[in-house]
Amino acid sequence: MSDPNPIPPNPASIPQPAAAARNTARAQGRTARLVLIALGVLFILVMLVLPLITVCVYALKQGWDVFSNAITDPYAIKALQLTLLATAAAVICNTVFGLFASWTISKFHFRGKQFLTTLIDIPFAISPVIAGLVFILVFGRIGWAYDFLQAHDLKVVFAVPGVILATIFVTFPFVARELIPLMQAQGSDEEEAAALMGAGWWTIYRKITLPHIKWGLLYGIILCTARALGEFGAVSVVSGHLRGKTNTLPLHIEILFSEFQLTAAFAVSSILVAAAIIILILRNIVEFKGRKEEHEHVR
Amino acid sequence: MYVELRQVDKAFKGYKALDDVSFSIEKGKLVGLLGPSGSGKTTILRTLAGLVHPDSGDIYIDGQRVNDVPASKRGIGFVFQNYALFRYMTVFDNIAFGLTVEKKDKAFIRERVNQLVDLVGLQGLQSRYPHQLSGGQKQRVAFARALAPNPHLLLLDEPFAAIDAKIRKELRLWLRETISSLGITSIFVTHDQDEAVEVADEIIIVNRGRIEQKGNPADIYKEPSTPFAAQFIGESSVLAHYRTLKGFESYEGYDNAVIRPELIQIAKLGKQPYAHASEEGTVEDVFFRGSLIEVHVNVQGMRLIGYRSPEEAALAPGEPVSVLIYRLYLYNEDKVRLAENARLKDENTVFI
Repeated sequence: MSDPNPIPPNPASIPQPAAAARNTARAQGRTARLVLIALGVLFILVMLVLPLITVCVYALKQGWDVFSNAITDPYAIKALQLTLLATAAAVICNTVFGLFASWTISKFHFRGKQFLTTLIDIPFAISPVIAGLVFILVFGRIGWAYDFLQAHDLKVVFAVPGVILATIFVTFPFVARELIPLMQAQGSDEEEAAALMGAGWWTIYRKITLPHIKWGLLYGIILCTARALGEFGAVSVVSGHLRGKTNTLPLHIEILFSEFQLTAAFAVSSILVAAAIIILILRNIVEFKGRKEEHEHVR
Repeated sequence: MYVELRQVDKAFKGYKALDDVSFSIEKGKLVGLLGPSGSGKTTILRTLAGLVHPDSGDIYIDGQRVNDVPASKRGIGFVFQNYALFRYMTVFDNIAFGLTVEKKDKAFIRERVNQLVDLVGLQGLQSRYPHQLSGGQKQRVAFARALAPNPHLLLLDEPFAAIDAKIRKELRLWLRETISSLGITSIFVTHDQDEAVEVADEIIIVNRGRIEQKGNPADIYKEPSTPFAAQFIGESSVLAHYRTLKGFESYEGYDNAVIRPELIQIAKLGKQPYAHASEEGTVEDVFFRGSLIEVHVNVQGMRLIGYRSPEEAALAPGEPVSVLIYRLYLYNEDKVRLAENARLKDENTVFI
C-alpha cells in the first residue's frame, strides 16, 4: 500500500457546483440501472427463454404428425402415467408429513427438535443420485431389506414402488419447509385461547391453524409437484429404465434422446414444459394471494 | 372462599416460578396481582386457568379441587396479554367461538353475542376483522369473547399493557365498572401499581414466586407488611442510613429505611414551623409535573424526593431548604415497621 491513509475529499472543497454534481450522479445512477436491467433480461433470455423456445421449435420441426405421434406413443403415455402417479404419491405423502412435522415442531418443545428440523433438509443438501443409491443399498439385491422383501414377494428397486419412494424422498422438505416458519410466527396464543374455551384439536386446526397456513401450504404443494414431475437423478438410479414399466417422463426423454430421436424427445419434453408453465402461473397466483392476505391479517 | 391456592409450587427447569403460594379470594371481588416482571404473577394466573400444572399444592375454585380438571372445563374466561384474537374470524365469530364450540343453537348465539357487543360498546363492528380494530377495541373484543360462555371466574393477563397511555386510563375505569356491574369474580395481572390501586378491590403483591402481601390498596399503602412491599409500593426511595436523621435516632434493630414523597415536607429556610424536628438540605433538582412540583433534596448525602404545590414559592437548585420527615418505613430482612418522627411527637405533647 502506497498510501495507507487516503484523505477523503472534503465535499466543500470540490470546485464543481453542487447541482451539477448531483446531476452527474443521477445520470450515472440511471445508466447503472439500465445496464443492470439489460444484463438481467439478456441473461434470462439466453438461459431460460431461448432453451424453452428451442424445445417447442424442435418438437414441431417435423410437423404436427410427428409431434402427436411422439406424445401418443404408448411408452410415452405409460411414462406420463407413472410420472403422474409418483407425483401424486409424493405430494400426498409429503403434505401429510409436512402438516404433522410443522405442527410438532412449532407447537411443542422437546429434545432434539433442532436436529429433527435439520434432518428434514437432508434431501435438499444431498445429490439425488446418492438418494437413489441409498434405496438400492437398502432394498436392492445387496441391501439389508432384500431378504425380507424377497420373502414377502415385494419388489421395490427396479419397480414402481422404488420410483415412488425416490420421488417422495427428493421432494420431502417442500411442504414442511414452507409451513414451519409460518406456524412458528403464528405462535400458540390463539390455539391456547381456543383450547381454553373447550375447542378440540380438530376444531382448532380447522378454524385457527389452517386459515393461517393455507396459502403457504398450497405454495409448498405446488413446489413439491414441480419438483416431483421433473425428478430425474434419484429415479434414474432406482428405476432400471424398463420401458413401459418403470420409466417416468424425464427418463423416457433421456432414452429418446440417446436413441437420436431428437424430435420425439423434444415433443415429450414440451409436455413437461407446459406443465412447468402452468405451475409457474399457479405459483404466482398463490404467492400473490398469500402475501395479500398476510398483509391484511398480520397487523 | 371462592378461589383458593394452597401451597402451590412450580419450577421451570430448576427455576422456582411459584414458591409456596397460598391465597384466597372472595366471590365477586376484583383482585389485582401486582409484581415486577418475572415475579410469577402470570404463572399464578395460568396455573389457575389450567394452562400450567403445579408441581404440588391444591387449587380450589368454588369449593372444588380443580387440579385435575382440564383448562376447558374449569369455567374460566381468560383475556390474554396480546388478546390472542382469532385473526381470521370476524368480531362476531370471535365472540361466538366459545358458544359455537359448546354447540349452542344459532339464535341463542346471535342473541348472546349481540348482548355482549352492546355491553362492550362495539355496535356496528361485528363484521370487522381484528386487524381492522384499534388496541382498545381489540381488548374489548377479547373481554367479550372471554365472557361469552358465562364463566364463573375471569382472568386477565396484563389487560392494559398493549394500549397507549391515554386510552388506558379510560379503559381501566370502564373495565372496573363493567366487571363490578356483572359481579363476576376477576383476577388481573399487572406490573403497574397505579393500575392495580385504581382498578382492584384487593391487591396481591407477588415477588420472586412468593406472595408478599394481600389487602386492599389503602392498607397496603399505609402498612406494608414486608420489606419488598415497603419498597415496591408508592414512589419509595431507599435511605442509606436513617439514624442520623432528626427524630429517628432512637429506633433500633433495623438496618434500612424507605421513604415516600408524601411523608416529607420541604419548606424554605425559616418558613418551617417544626424547625427542631427538621433537617437541612440542598435542592438538587426541581421538576414541574403539572399538578405538583417534584423536588429532589440532598440531606446528609441522601437524595430525598418530595412534592410541593405549584402555589408555593418556587425553589431553585442549590437553594438550602428545611426538610421535615414525618414518617419512615424501617425494615430488616424480614420485618417492617412504621417509624414516626419522635421529636414531632414530643413537641405535640408539650404544646397540648
